[in-house]
Amino acid sequence: MQFKSQAVAKPYFIAAIGLFVGQILFGLILGAQYVLGDFLFPEIPFNVARMVHTNLLIVWLLFGFMGGAYYMIPEEAETELASPKLALAMFWIFLVAGALTIVGYLTVPYATLAELTGNNIIETMGREFLEQPLPTKLGIVVVALAFLFNITLTVLKGKKTAIAIVLLIGLWGLAVFFLFAFYNPVNIVIDKFFWWWTVHLWVEGVWELILGSFLAFVLIKTTGVDREVIEKWLYVIVTLTLITGIIGTGHHYYWIGTPEYWQWWGSIFSALEPIPFFAMTVFAFTMVNRRRREHPNKVAVLWALGTGVMAFLGAGVWGFLHTLSPVNFYTHGTQITAAHGHMAFYGAYVMVVLMMISYAMPIMRGRAANDQKSQVLEMWSFWLMTVAIVFITLFLTAAGILQVWLQRASDTPIPFMAAQEKIALFYWMREWTGVIFLVGLLLYIISFFVGKGEKAA
Amino acid sequence: MIPAMTEATTSPAPNQPRLPGDLAIWIFILAEMLVFAVFFTAYAFARAKDPALFNECQMTLDRNAGAINTLLLVTGSWFVVLAVQAAHRDDKAVIARHVALGMLCGAGFLGVKVVEYAAKFGAGISLSTNTFYMFYISLTFFHFMHVILGMVILSVIWNQARKGAYGRENCHGLESGAAYWHMVDLLWIILFPLVYVMR
Repeated sequence: MQFKSQAVAKPYFIAAIGLFVGQILFGLILGAQYVLGDFLFPEIPFNVARMVHTNLLIVWLLFGFMGGAYYMIPEEAETELASPKLALAMFWIFLVAGALTIVGYLTVPYATLAELTGNNIIETMGREFLEQPLPTKLGIVVVALAFLFNITLTVLKGKKTAIAIVLLIGLWGLAVFFLFAFYNPVNIVIDKFFWWWTVHLWVEGVWELILGSFLAFVLIKTTGVDREVIEKWLYVIVTLTLITGIIGTGHHYYWIGTPEYWQWWGSIFSALEPIPFFAMTVFAFTMVNRRRREHPNKVAVLWALGTGVMAFLGAGVWGFLHTLSPVNFYTHGTQITAAHGHMAFYGAYVMVVLMMISYAMPIMRGRAANDQKSQVLEMWSFWLMTVAIVFITLFLTAAGILQVWLQRASDTPIPFMAAQEKIALFYWMREWTGVIFLVGLLLYIISFFVGKGEKAA
Repeated sequence: MIPAMTEATTSPAPNQPRLPGDLAIWIFILAEMLVFAVFFTAYAFARAKDPALFNECQMTLDRNAGAINTLLLVTGSWFVVLAVQAAHRDDKAVIARHVALGMLCGAGFLGVKVVEYAAKFGAGISLSTNTFYMFYISLTFFHFMHVILGMVILSVIWNQARKGAYGRENCHGLESGAAYWHMVDLLWIILFPLVYVMR
């Protein structure tokens, strides 16, 4: 580790993995509820399990992004973090706030939670993915501002590399677009319109910059390719992301009451959104092929290549599947969306955070890379989780196609719940594949505790 | 700066064909053209569905303004070519002047376009009037924004040129900016006949 203060990333990474486990457990509960409607009812109703599943995902990815940034920024800026103490304080605040929120979701009815937490002061609750109570939302803002203050100050006093700047733009964008979580107009069209400014402009906008920046950082470290070359790729990826992703928001504006031109704008721009992801795939493979050194941390490189491929498949290809408005007319809100969501989040953001952890954690534990035994185990977890998510995606896609046909496209359409029963087989297969995913995740955790570690290379 | 995306090709042999400008700007240009290509294709399909509406509305467009703008952009491109040629001759003194003349043409284009928009918006035409006007406004407005971006790039180049930054040995940045400006011109040369003239 080049700088002592990089070590603050460690608790962030550990918390991220812990919450990841929670997310997957709730995913399994949800998956079971798809086929056994009253599973764990009334203790954990479906809507609560879904909220916990998605909120935990967002929160652990944020922990991962923050940990990754705290690790990367000092090394890029070539100076110690402005305030490691602030970073640690924010860690505990964020962790406690996050845990309390989840406990709130699970123990109190949502309406009561809203009452208890002052939702009547500013009504922000009740919207998908932004369900957090007001104190949690304010907590997120405080933590994000302190975090941004910390890393921005670090970059300002140190070297300003392109990779660090792209990460800063991504993280500042993340904070700015979160502010739309506080804007909840009565008009439901305007509400939805700006709700997407948080949701879409996060995952198909600024988060992609964070992804690109992390990927570039790990590729520089592991391949030894010239920084100039890697930075040029990063510029191209960032530009492509912004050209396609910003107006691509329009693919959410087809059926919410916005003017008709969004059908065209959304279709045209979002149809090109796979391109930056494809550029990332080519980027990762080209850099690894042109590597000038053999980095001992093979598994970090595997994650880097994996995220390149899976982000393209999940976000790019599966996104394109239903992005054109004439197609989306039929597929909107079906299991096709769920299929895309699972593979895109795993491929783009889960894998890139695991890549950062995989690269940084051994170094923070005093070695260049884990020993053979640990790496092989981690590779097993890579393949188990990745193959599982591929199959989850395929099963959900099959379920989605059937659902569209049975419920919307056939000459004799049947009601939603009747269609759900007919596709239950795919939900069962998805659920068991989810168990395989959990096994992969557990192996991932075990891989931290086996082997002795290779001493500094 | 390294011209290529990979470290393999840093400085090609003198007799090998050389890519003018930076490879990154070419990828950027290709991406931009791809967006427009998809837009043009969508226009073609939409038009094929309702040629009568498209023909009728096309008649309301100001073709003279479009023609003047074509002339302005082509002339602007010519000035930028002169600037690049001057750099290749190492004639540093005139580079900035040619770039400035190119920008002047761009400004003229924007002016004409604003007058044209004012007339259309004044007549109550909007993106929601019908499919033709949706395409007319979207396509010309996206292009309008690209002209503005092109002028921002040219102004950076102009500033550098005045400091004597470009010459035979260093025309990389100038060529990159020029390539982008030519793209803005090229897109208009397709857009103008497609939306204003072809029936």
